[in-house]
Amino acid sequence: MTDWTVMWVRRIGSLRPTPVDEDGLVDRLRLTAVSLGYALAMAPALALAILSILCIPLGLVTVGFALAFAVVPATAALTAVHRRVSGALLGEELRAAYADTTGTNLFTRPARWVTDRVRWRDVGFLWFSATGGFVLSLLPVAMLTFPFSSLVQAIVFGGWVQWLLALLGGPVLVGWWCAAPALVRARALAERGILGHSRVEELEQRVTEVTESRAETLDHSAAEVRRIERDLHDGAQARIAAVGMNVGLAEKLLESDPAAAAELLREARESTITALEDLRSVVRGIHPPALADRGLAGGIEALALPLPLPVTVALDVPAGLPDPVESAAYFAVAECLANTAKHAAATRAWVTGAYADGVLRLVVGDDGRGGADPAGSGLSGVARRLAAFDGRLDVLSPAGGPTVVTMEVPCGR
Amino acid sequence: MRAVIAEDQALLRVGLTRILEASGFTVVDAVDNAPSLTRALASPDVDVAVVDVRMPPTYSTEGLVAAIEARRARPGFPVLVLSQYVEPLYARELLASGEGAVGYLLKDRVADVDGFVASVRQVAGGGTVLDPEVVAGLVAGAGRGQPLERLTPREREVLTLMAEGRSNAAIAARLFVTEKAIGKHTNAIFTKLDLPPASDDNRRVLAVLAWLDGA
Repeated sequence: MTDWTVMWVRRIGSLRPTPVDEDGLVDRLRLTAVSLGYALAMAPALALAILSILCIPLGLVTVGFALAFAVVPATAALTAVHRRVSGALLGEELRAAYADTTGTNLFTRPARWVTDRVRWRDVGFLWFSATGGFVLSLLPVAMLTFPFSSLVQAIVFGGWVQWLLALLGGPVLVGWWCAAPALVRARALAERGILGHSRVEELEQRVTEVTESRAETLDHSAAEVRRIERDLHDGAQARIAAVGMNVGLAEKLLESDPAAAAELLREARESTITALEDLRSVVRGIHPPALADRGLAGGIEALALPLPLPVTVALDVPAGLPDPVESAAYFAVAECLANTAKHAAATRAWVTGAYADGVLRLVVGDDGRGGADPAGSGLSGVARRLAAFDGRLDVLSPAGGPTVVTMEVPCGR
Repeated sequence: MRAVIAEDQALLRVGLTRILEASGFTVVDAVDNAPSLTRALASPDVDVAVVDVRMPPTYSTEGLVAAIEARRARPGFPVLVLSQYVEPLYARELLASGEGAVGYLLKDRVADVDGFVASVRQVAGGGTVLDPEVVAGLVAGAGRGQPLERLTPREREVLTLMAEGRSNAAIAARLFVTEKAIGKHTNAIFTKLDLPPASDDNRRVLAVLAWLDGA
């Protein structure tokens, strides 16, 4: 689709009749032209509407199938134009939310069409366009042309009836001036009502998404808290308890068996070192020091350094992104790089990232053997973590490689 | 005295074994999971078990459950439960699993080797040992009731130590007073709390705990 709608169809400005000036006139002429377009669209709409209905009984024989493959895409194309034009008039985007037909074949696709509510709305729209919509859109055109045509008729034929009609032309022209924007807007609103992915539906879908992602986030954080508790319990806490035991026993043995006591104390000292290491790794799992000190770019560079393969890091990420987003992005990259190191058999990997138009976009790739499973626990965990921020994760990893994982998180600064 | 140790952390298992053996116990078995513990406790020549609450396979309260089961199969079997956290709820379950011969301590207490060994012996001898943290929790919970306010601060201190399972002699040593003075305090406490006089130390502990738990 070319951008002619954007250039030509402007958003409907003021609906008020004043001021009467050149801009107002151009606006109204433009809208009347659009209305004429709407009215002319009645012809294909009527044809498609009739054919759509014919598809059902004809579907019983093969002809209907063949017809559907012509009619349904044609309807989609026609409604796409209407969505664009009406959307431009209303200054918003009308989206077609057809049911996904990927993965269907020649035989299963019509079934998907028949069960798709949005396609049926399209058919409903065809009928509207061919009937009430046609009348509605013809009105502004008629109101503009009537005064001129009646004047011409009066001059040519000259009867008193013609002159009366010509006199009526004045008020009709005023009517056109006042009503044309509202009539066109009414048509656009009707189209939005039928064709637009309705606002309520959109909100409902959004609520469902948010509910899901919230539940997942809660699950995720509960699992995280549990993991941290386990790490502490099995690591530092146990070691410190062991230190206590060793020192206690050493105290007891100090006089009777100094050699054994010394050995216990040495063990205790070593345990304090490992306890500290454990604590550090727990802290790293909660809020990595490099991320805290250097922000996302520094954190990811630090992350890449100890990996067993060369990792190129090219990040153009500003400081001052929200902490939770940075943290989620950091752990997402960490998971991807860990996967690369563990499974990909890659010779090199890269991390690129940028922040633009309120979206943080990170790409982690490697030249390994591919086949990464987005539904696997690691990557699905990353996706869940990002979903909490309305973020998304796309994994492109054909067997044989390479693997490219793209993450996008909308966020302010 | 023959002991069984159940602790999944190798470091702590070894530490406990060393401490008990250095203190004259024979460690007949040191296991690291609940099923092995249940098997080890089935042997009749075990005198006491020292059990970690959290163990494989599910890392929840297998140790506690196994200990309570063992006491059900063998009433009065002495079990000392160790944990990195103390939960008054678990203490209650343990106490409810039969009269005496139970202990519930934080692992931290093991560092006081002599005190810990004394606790193991006390439990093996049928006594009750509760971690000061559990008792503090119980006392705090009971503090909402009126009767506890009738106690003097000293009496409350004695009550707390009694609830931990200490004898008059131990309490006296701890508070640097004579055993006779402690006897007077305990009598006063029992009168003020309307508790029936108890003949031996363990019944006294149980009475106090029951009161604290019920208050």
